[in-house]
Amino acid sequence: MKRHLVSAADLTYDDALLVLDTAGEMAALANREIKKLPTLRGRTVVNLFFEDSTRTRISFEAAAKRLSADVINFSAKGSSVSKGESLKDTALTLEAMGADAVVIRHGSSGAPHRLAYSGWVGGSVVNAGDGTHEHPTQALLDAFTMRRHLAGGKGDLSGRRITIVGDVLHSRVARSNVLLLATLGAEVTLVAPPTLLPVGVETWPCTVSYDLDAPLPKSDAVMMLRVQRERMKDAYFPSANEYTRRYGLDTERAATLPEHAIVMHPGPMNRGMEIAAEVADGTRSTIVEQVANGVSVRMAVLYLLLGGSQSAIGTEPEVGA
Amino acid sequence: MTPPSGTAGLDPAKAREVLEPADVSRALTRIAHEIIERNKGAAGVVLLGIPTRGVPLARRLASRIAAVEGVEVPVGSLDITMYRDDLRLHPARALEHTEVPGGGIDGSVVVLVDDVLFSGRTVRAALDALNDIGRPRAVQLAVLVDRGHRELPIRADFVGKNLPTSTQETVRVLLEEHDGRDAVLLGLVGEKAS
Repeated sequence: MKRHLVSAADLTYDDALLVLDTAGEMAALANREIKKLPTLRGRTVVNLFFEDSTRTRISFEAAAKRLSADVINFSAKGSSVSKGESLKDTALTLEAMGADAVVIRHGSSGAPHRLAYSGWVGGSVVNAGDGTHEHPTQALLDAFTMRRHLAGGKGDLSGRRITIVGDVLHSRVARSNVLLLATLGAEVTLVAPPTLLPVGVETWPCTVSYDLDAPLPKSDAVMMLRVQRERMKDAYFPSANEYTRRYGLDTERAATLPEHAIVMHPGPMNRGMEIAAEVADGTRSTIVEQVANGVSVRMAVLYLLLGGSQSAIGTEPEVGA
Repeated sequence: MTPPSGTAGLDPAKAREVLEPADVSRALTRIAHEIIERNKGAAGVVLLGIPTRGVPLARRLASRIAAVEGVEVPVGSLDITMYRDDLRLHPARALEHTEVPGGGIDGSVVVLVDDVLFSGRTVRAALDALNDIGRPRAVQLAVLVDRGHRELPIRADFVGKNLPTSTQETVRVLLEEHDGRDAVLLGLVGEKAS
């Protein structure tokens, strides 16, 4: 029975730790001369990207290649999708080519779920970001980065205080992070103007604040979200300047963070908008490291989904195996 | 590939203890001496244990070599999970830790250390894994127990105990570091044959 990674909520506590521990071993590979493992030899991973992406697509491609899988990159531009082909027909084409895993990014929330549970494809489906819904591998790499800096690279994140700031409404990263971090025992605070919080945020496993200055001195990590102007069709705040003044992380605000705290951003950044350039390039920033960790985490996910006879995430280990 | 050392199907109450703590200790001391003898000293030797029980065995060999030769040989661990040939027969496994000593393995004599030598498939995987890490001058194999039934043309250079077994039997190595005591147990396989 194949399993999918569509939502960060698909991962139990044990699954999440297994992915992070596996990613820790994968990370060691980056220091070797031969950055390759034979584990997924003969398996095909399709990167199905209906939306623009640089780091996520490259990261998945590098991860699959380091595990010796064959990679087929598919972007909607320049394909039959621009001629009006439906998701279903695209999926059936991929299925006919024998994809063992489909990594999908789509502008519509729920597209990976549809692909995974419609029976159109037999392989594993990995959500690489769907609309304003979820981005589970980003949450995993964020948790991996936090664990390295805040928990010595071992165990969970219990008791750690994580503050996520900015455009939560349009952010798939925020939702996946809140779900995964809650699973790992962290205390999450979302900070955003009321207009940039989604309906139903009160049911999420986190606290919500409209004020950035209060939680900062108690935060172990602060994650700045990109203001997603391309998704904004209304005026969510009076002006960019006012947003930056109230919710931007400038050097003054960053100075109120505890000594050990880290500053994160999933990228791409709007420098000067949600984060000041000096903070983004500062010593406590993990923004570049997050990208490197992304490859390790995605290797772990692909290995655990495809490496064995069945997925290791979410299934009981076979007795005696 | 290491089912003989697993807990599957072996009832400790019915198992026969074929090596006692003193036997394990003597076997390791002899292997340490043999490694020194074969390599005319311990210079250039790197010990790599195969997780899980090969790692403490490698550490013990290193401390014995240090006691005899006064040379600290580098010790590391080599996880072979990603190189197994039976990966697709089981659910994906959790990885063990790989730690290559700081100096690397290029040009050195790598001694692979494992608890039980059985089909030889673990060692085959370990040789593939080594290939991706560097180019040792030579590779040797040390095992605490050789129980026979090889499925590949592989043999050990240093053997603690040759233990003739039937395929119906299972061998389990207990070590102080993992199990609280040293012993090698021989028993019958339960319902799940390895």
